[in-house]
Amino acid sequence: MSSEWPLWEVFVRAKNGLAHKHVGSVHAADARMAIEAARDTYTRRLEGVSLWVVPSAAIAASDPGEADALFEPAADKVYRHPTFYSIPEHIKNI
Amino acid sequence: MYTTDLNDKGRKPTAVNPSTEDPERLAAFEARVAADDFIEPKDWMPEAYRKTLVRQISQHAHSEIVGMLPEGNWITRAPSLRRKAVLLAKVQDEGGHGLYLYAAAETLGTSREEMIEALHSGRAKYSTIFNYPTLTWADIGAIGWLVDGAAIMNQVPLQRTSYGPYARAMVRICKEESFHQRQGYEIMMTLAAGTPEQKRMAQDALNRWWWPSLMMFGPPDDNSPNSAQSMRWRIKRETNDQIRQRFVDVTVPQAEAIGLKIPDTALVWNEARGSYDFGEIDWEEFYAVVRGEGPLARERMSARVTAWEDGAWVREAAMAHAAKHEMRVAAE
Repeated sequence: MSSEWPLWEVFVRAKNGLAHKHVGSVHAADARMAIEAARDTYTRRLEGVSLWVVPSAAIAASDPGEADALFEPAADKVYRHPTFYSIPEHIKNI
Repeated sequence: MYTTDLNDKGRKPTAVNPSTEDPERLAAFEARVAADDFIEPKDWMPEAYRKTLVRQISQHAHSEIVGMLPEGNWITRAPSLRRKAVLLAKVQDEGGHGLYLYAAAETLGTSREEMIEALHSGRAKYSTIFNYPTLTWADIGAIGWLVDGAAIMNQVPLQRTSYGPYARAMVRICKEESFHQRQGYEIMMTLAAGTPEQKRMAQDALNRWWWPSLMMFGPPDDNSPNSAQSMRWRIKRETNDQIRQRFVDVTVPQAEAIGLKIPDTALVWNEARGSYDFGEIDWEEFYAVVRGEGPLARERMSARVTAWEDGAWVREAAMAHAAKHEMRVAAE
C-alpha cells in the first residue's frame, strides 16, 4: 500500500480585500502540515497574508467535455451586457 | 535550473501510432494547441503528449532537487553571513521549484512516489550539469551566473508552453530565478575585482563551467529526436541551438565587463549574423554524463537515496499520527 501523503490544494490571499486564489498544491499528512508546507512553498516572498488548504480529493470539478453545454449558451445572450443598449448621446448619467 | 532535452543519444521519438488515437479528438487537440490555447489537466490529450510532458516536467523537477546538492555543499563554508543567507535562500528556492514541477507533473496522472522511484533507480534523468563538482567558492558564483542564466534562457519561453500547470509553474520559477543569476554574477564580479588569487579562482570556475553550461541546452537541433513534435505541440517553444546562441550572445559581454575570458579560442563576433560564432561542443562528454559517467553521478544519487530512505520513518510516523488524530476526532 502506498504511504504517500495526500495532496492538498493551496489558496493564497495576496492581501486583505482580495479573494484567496489557487496557487498550486502540496503533499502533507494533515491540514496543519499542509499549511506549513504551503507557507514554505508558496509564500517565500510576501505573496500572501492568509492561506487555505483543501484536500484535493474534496474538490468536484466540471467536466471539460461539457464545457460547451455549460458555458456556450451565454455567448448569444449579449443583452446581459450594458453595451447591448444604445442610448442617445445627450442622455447623461446612465 | 534544468535542461530542455536529456534524451539519450539515438533515442527514438516517443510518438505512438496515431491510429490508436481517436482522429477527431486528435485533430481538435492539434487545432487548439496550434491556436495557442492552453491544455488543462482534465482535457483530453494524446497519450504521447502526456508521456512527453511527464518525462520533461519530472526531469525538470529532478534537476531542481538534485541541483540543491552541489550548492548545499557550500552553505556551511560561505565566506560571509550575507553570502550564507543568500545561498540558503537560493537553495530553498530550488527545492520550491522542484515541488511546483512535481505537482504540475502529478496533474498528468503520475505520482510523486513513482517519479522519485524513477529518479533513484536511474530510469529518469536530470540535468547533466549537476554531476560536476563545486571545488571552490567561485563555483557558486559561476553556477548562479551561468547555470541559472542558462536555465532562465530555457525557461522563459516555457512560460507559454501549451500545458497550463507547467506554464504556471514556469511563471513562478522565472520570477524567482532572476535573483539566482544576479547573486552569482555578483560573486564573480567581487572575486574578479579582488586579489590576483581571487581573480584566478573566478577564471578557473568560468573555465570549468562554461562548456557544461552550453551543453545544458541539449543536443544540437539536427540530433534532437523529439524536437519537431515538441515544437508542434508547444511543449517546447524554441530549438536547443536557438536558445544556446542567445545565451552565448548575452553572456560574453558580461564576462568581458568583469575582465574574465571565455575559454573558447574559436569565439568571435560575427558581424553578418549579429551573433558570436563559437567552438565545437564536446558532445561525447555530454552523452557520457547523460549515461551517468559524470564525475559525481554516483555520489549525487546516493545522497538522494539516503535522504529518501532516512526520511521514511518520518513520513510513516506523520501518516500514523494523522490517522490516529482523525480517529480521535471521529470518536468525539
